[in-house]
Amino acid sequence: MLCPMANDGGTAARVGSMLRANREQLLGRWVQLIDEALRGRLTTPEIEGDCAPLLDAFAAALESGALTRHEGFDQARAMLSELARDRARMGFSPSETAATVFALKQAALDVLDVDSEYVALSTIVDDLALFTFESYVAARETVIGELAEQLLELSTPVIKLWDGVLAVPLVGTLDSARTQVVMEKLLQTLVDTGCDHAIIDITGVPAVDTQVAQHLLKTVVAARLMGAECVISGIRPQIAQTIVALGIEFGDIATKATLADALKLAIGAGTGAVDGNRSAS
Amino acid sequence: MDRVPILKLGDLLLVSIQVDLDDQSALALQEDLAQRIVNDSAHGVLIDITALEIVDSFIGRMLSTIASISAVLDAETVVVGMRPAVAITLVELGLSLGGVRTALNVDKGLAMLQRRTTIRE
Amino acid sequence: MSDLEEVEITCDDDVVRVRQAVRAIAVAAGLSLVDQTKIVTAASEIARNTLLYAGGGVAQLELVDEPPSRRGVRATFVDDGPGIRDVDQAMTDGFTSGNGLGLGLSGARRLSDEFTIESTVGAGTRVCIAKWSR
Repeated sequence: MLCPMANDGGTAARVGSMLRANREQLLGRWVQLIDEALRGRLTTPEIEGDCAPLLDAFAAALESGALTRHEGFDQARAMLSELARDRARMGFSPSETAATVFALKQAALDVLDVDSEYVALSTIVDDLALFTFESYVAARETVIGELAEQLLELSTPVIKLWDGVLAVPLVGTLDSARTQVVMEKLLQTLVDTGCDHAIIDITGVPAVDTQVAQHLLKTVVAARLMGAECVISGIRPQIAQTIVALGIEFGDIATKATLADALKLAIGAGTGAVDGNRSAS
Repeated sequence: MDRVPILKLGDLLLVSIQVDLDDQSALALQEDLAQRIVNDSAHGVLIDITALEIVDSFIGRMLSTIASISAVLDAETVVVGMRPAVAITLVELGLSLGGVRTALNVDKGLAMLQRRTTIRE
Repeated sequence: MSDLEEVEITCDDDVVRVRQAVRAIAVAAGLSLVDQTKIVTAASEIARNTLLYAGGGVAQLELVDEPPSRRGVRATFVDDGPGIRDVDQAMTDGFTSGNGLGLGLSGARRLSDEFTIESTVGAGTRVCIAKWSR
């Protein structure tokens, strides 16, 4: 698809034969060039371990007349994807990774007589290097995604504050995704610890929109369905106004101004003073 | 159809639902419980749904119905062990399980039932 | 891309079978536990409706895999029962009256990422629900 060169299997086959005929020389020079560029961050045997199978795969694919985005090149592309993934995880830059493939051109220039096969090889290598680059980017996005998830995990702590009382101190802006993660984590922790009271403290939350408020309410209702009670504490005046303006009903869900008051309420309830306490104040 | 076993513990009846219940089995459970409450003069029913991965509207209504029937027969019902994923789904489904008391686990459920029977005496 | 698994719905046990089949596909599609539970519950509601109100039908289940972004489970319930005269009303009414049909439909819609329903009086009904992995 992205191969602007001669859509000409014949040329491809000739390039393939050339690669195979000059394998040792090409491989040697290619590995040398990469070695110089990476300055010891990979050992020579490691580089050769990457390049030898790649060169053989390119040669085989081209000899069969296949062009870079065709089926015949599947194996070579798969190997490039793996190379890109490995380099991404090792922390190499996109250019360094693509350069590994581009170096094959220079190797050919250094080692062979330049002629029409070279031009064809040049285009082939360019496209393969671009493909490597794309794979690299995809791999980095995956790493970023994983980090984002870990960050989400870390920023939603559920703490055991007292016997039978959990606390979820939310800090910063809440979005739908984060609130859902918190919801699920809180509910699971209720089961795991056998705590039947939870305090959701939003002192550190500057603003709440409809979606987030709905998620919080659903969390409280879900906890109640499971047999636990939640208290929401730390509602700032601005948030209280927003909630009323949005027409969100808190019903009989308990709210307290401070975490301390919420804790008193939860402990009091826990000692059995009031069964399934529902006071809202 | 599987018949869910009902165990007697003092004046309490214990039910542990271990399998994905089809509608027929759910109805059978309802009937069996009503019968046992009367036969055994039970004053409390504990239903353990820890093993239930799915509670849909039918099962949800079954639980509500059991609670209502038990109340008429002078027995309290407590449902325990609801899984978080199930609770979240029930909220989304809009099922409130009104009239059904719940507790996190069997221990708390039993404590709840025993408190009530003590007050009763 | 996707294989269609068919489950006949002719008795109570089949509703359980549908749940289990949908669960298996949801797991294979990589849905989170909560999302699995939601879509299986939704499927259970529709399957039951198909049995009780149409006298039976068939569930067509598939693992959808459309890279780069769409992966999930799709369930289509088809019957040639009496059909629903006013779908909108059925979905809002039944809910408040606790009547099985409405509760199942509107509940299933809330639990799914995609929900479509076509019904012709005298000919039958077709409900399609889907949930995607995030």
